[in-house]
Amino acid sequence: MVGLELSFIWAGIIAFSVLVYVILDGFDLGIGILFPLTNDEEERSVMMNSISPVWDGNETWLVLGGGGLFAVFPLAYSIVMPALYMPIILMLLGLVFRGVAFEYRWRTERWKPLWDMGFFGGSLTAALCQGIALGALVQGIEVENRAYAGGWWDWLTPFSILCGVAVTIGYAMLGATWLNLKLEGRIQRHMRSLAWPTAIGTVICMGLVSVWTPFLDAIYFSRWFAWPTAAFSAIVPLLVLAAIAGLFFGLRREQEIGPFLCAQALFVLSFSGIGVSFYPHIVPPSLTIVEAAAPDESLWFALVGTVVLVPMILIYTAYAYWVFRGKVNPEEGYH
Amino acid sequence: MFDGFTAEMLARFQFAFTVSFHIIFPAFSIGLASYLAVLNALWLRTRNETYKVLFEYWKKIFAVAFAMGVVSGIVMSYQFGTNWSVFSDKAGPVIGPLMAYEVLSAFFLEAGFLGIMLFGRERVGDKLHMLATGVVAFGTLLSATWILSVNSWMQTPVGYAINDVGQFVPEDWWAIVFNPSFPYRLVHMVLAAYLTTALVVGAVGALHLLRDRYDMASRKMFSMAMWMLIVVTPLQILAGDMHGLNTLEHQPAKVMAMEGHYDSHPDGAPLILFGIPNPEEKRIDYAIEIPKLSSLILKHDLNAPLAGLDTIPDEDEPPVAIVFWSFRVMIALGFAMLGLGIWALTQRMRGRLYHAPWLHRAALAMGPAGFVAVLAGWITTEVGRQPFTVYGVMRTSDSLSPIAAPAVAASLTAFIIVYFFVFGAGTYYLLRMMNKPVKEVADNAMHKEGPIRTAGVTQVAQYHARKKED
Repeated sequence: MVGLELSFIWAGIIAFSVLVYVILDGFDLGIGILFPLTNDEEERSVMMNSISPVWDGNETWLVLGGGGLFAVFPLAYSIVMPALYMPIILMLLGLVFRGVAFEYRWRTERWKPLWDMGFFGGSLTAALCQGIALGALVQGIEVENRAYAGGWWDWLTPFSILCGVAVTIGYAMLGATWLNLKLEGRIQRHMRSLAWPTAIGTVICMGLVSVWTPFLDAIYFSRWFAWPTAAFSAIVPLLVLAAIAGLFFGLRREQEIGPFLCAQALFVLSFSGIGVSFYPHIVPPSLTIVEAAAPDESLWFALVGTVVLVPMILIYTAYAYWVFRGKVNPEEGYH
Repeated sequence: MFDGFTAEMLARFQFAFTVSFHIIFPAFSIGLASYLAVLNALWLRTRNETYKVLFEYWKKIFAVAFAMGVVSGIVMSYQFGTNWSVFSDKAGPVIGPLMAYEVLSAFFLEAGFLGIMLFGRERVGDKLHMLATGVVAFGTLLSATWILSVNSWMQTPVGYAINDVGQFVPEDWWAIVFNPSFPYRLVHMVLAAYLTTALVVGAVGALHLLRDRYDMASRKMFSMAMWMLIVVTPLQILAGDMHGLNTLEHQPAKVMAMEGHYDSHPDGAPLILFGIPNPEEKRIDYAIEIPKLSSLILKHDLNAPLAGLDTIPDEDEPPVAIVFWSFRVMIALGFAMLGLGIWALTQRMRGRLYHAPWLHRAALAMGPAGFVAVLAGWITTEVGRQPFTVYGVMRTSDSLSPIAAPAVAASLTAFIIVYFFVFGAGTYYLLRMMNKPVKEVADNAMHKEGPIRTAGVTQVAQYHARKKED
């Protein structure tokens, strides 16, 4: 019985770190996706400088998501990674280009356009692949004898592509609203103008995914339209509508923090919606949280440190954001 | 490109390739993070501009190397799952939590404070900035601790049981973390990282001394690096020896391959200095050997019997030639480092440390030696523990994902192209930054900060005084 509860606590922790990753690195990747929409060197450098001090910490949540899954749900990890082989590898390669661009673009004049392309291409690839991986997971993964039993291209479907596009546009929206918050003057106006189309695109994609998902699997359908979870699924759309209203209202009023928070709220709500669909599975349609969990000894050992360390991480991460609070100073940075 | 290879061979190539690229950056950034903390502390204590200038100079280099380490490291954390999923499923309950602790206690710490260390001095003040710099250095060491515990457990697994689905189940976490080879491997690797960094810093100092032997910053870094070398190299040789004895106890087949002992020697084994391993005939051709010395080193007794690979079943034998050679490369470089350290010490005692161009040329040539030695050492220990992933318990061939060769070949090709391109460019930028005189970098920084310019006057006066003295 204890083991049962433990594995659910862990599922919650893993879900939390993936959510924090999406919230924090989403706007980083979004900035990369928006990069080619300006050719102005000054704009590009403040866009990048708005995240230079924090991107590395943001990306670490992805390592925790993967590493945590390995630690406490090794079976899920060993099934999902081969199943999503190609999107995962492409995401990693994308993150390589995105990550080094933060340093490389300042080290060369001749190749600066190339590393800027790498920053854009890497961010775009990573975002697309994350969405595709999510879509493929929602769609379900074939498992036999504790191993992935599907083919190499199973992840590639219209639904997973739609999810990839949705995440990409959504990240771009996060990036635009973050820059609206962190920048000033002409470039802030430029970014605010980009927040509009990306937000509209995000809302449309969210709608399409939400309508499609319940029809992928009878379980999803019953979860969303049967009592008692139907009560929850009735609240989520209302909250989504409120967030959308807040987002557009805030953009129109030229607010700074409001649109960013509403954009993030859309991601949090979508994420919790996926959680409702998944439960009690960790790899739909057949592998449950309990089945995939590591032995109790592993779960306990990892949990002791996690409950101490994660709050500490949140505190010093918040401190780092606090240190670099306010508008980005175009003169600052060590480059 | 990779026709005719099995998925297992390709996955092994891929792991070897990505981990070899990856280890280069931590080997450098672990040492450099500590060096930066020392430089910053010295600057705060003495207010000697030279330390500040050196801190700013190496900070930028650190940032580039660190970024390369981060992006190549993230690949590693997912590769266990993509290519070695059976291993992940089975060994995950034991090594997964250790890696989770690495992320939670080390990666976040480094990443969280790196921004403040790189960009935050003006915003948080000297004291908090020093704290952040120290925390980053501590984080790199903590990270090394966890990941070496993982690797060591795979080499010398203890403290586990095996459950009904074949998973390793932890029974004694203390025994797992502090497994028999862990303390030796940790000390050996951290010292290696410090040596690697000292050699790079020494080479950069030497390069600039060759151009201008009166530059204070070049002198300072060269002197610090040479001190480091003479202190750490003997410790490293001692640590390496102890690590070897530990390996002999727990993984004798690896030591047999390192020594090239195909045959057992009942009354004292020779130390084979050089020779060509001949795997077909199971002997070392053209061996140059010193009788009984191997027994003396490994058993501290000239006549102690030493078993050879003839006592190991063929299917459990590691590839001898690779291990034999990589071990010799590591040892040779270790003694070259010791030689350089002694040379520098004698020149220092004669007051000629900054006026010995041949020493500087030698230090410059030895700049990459640490990286080569680290790679050679890891090749020795990793190839030497084949054919197992969890030594003696789980075979490499039983660890693989159910993946097809073309999928691995495609991703391997992509990794090779991207890594050579991205890390080739990064290495070029690093070398270019190291090629820039410290003064030039410092002048740019001073130009930005303004008031420090006044201090520049005394610096110039001191420089000319040094030149006159000579």
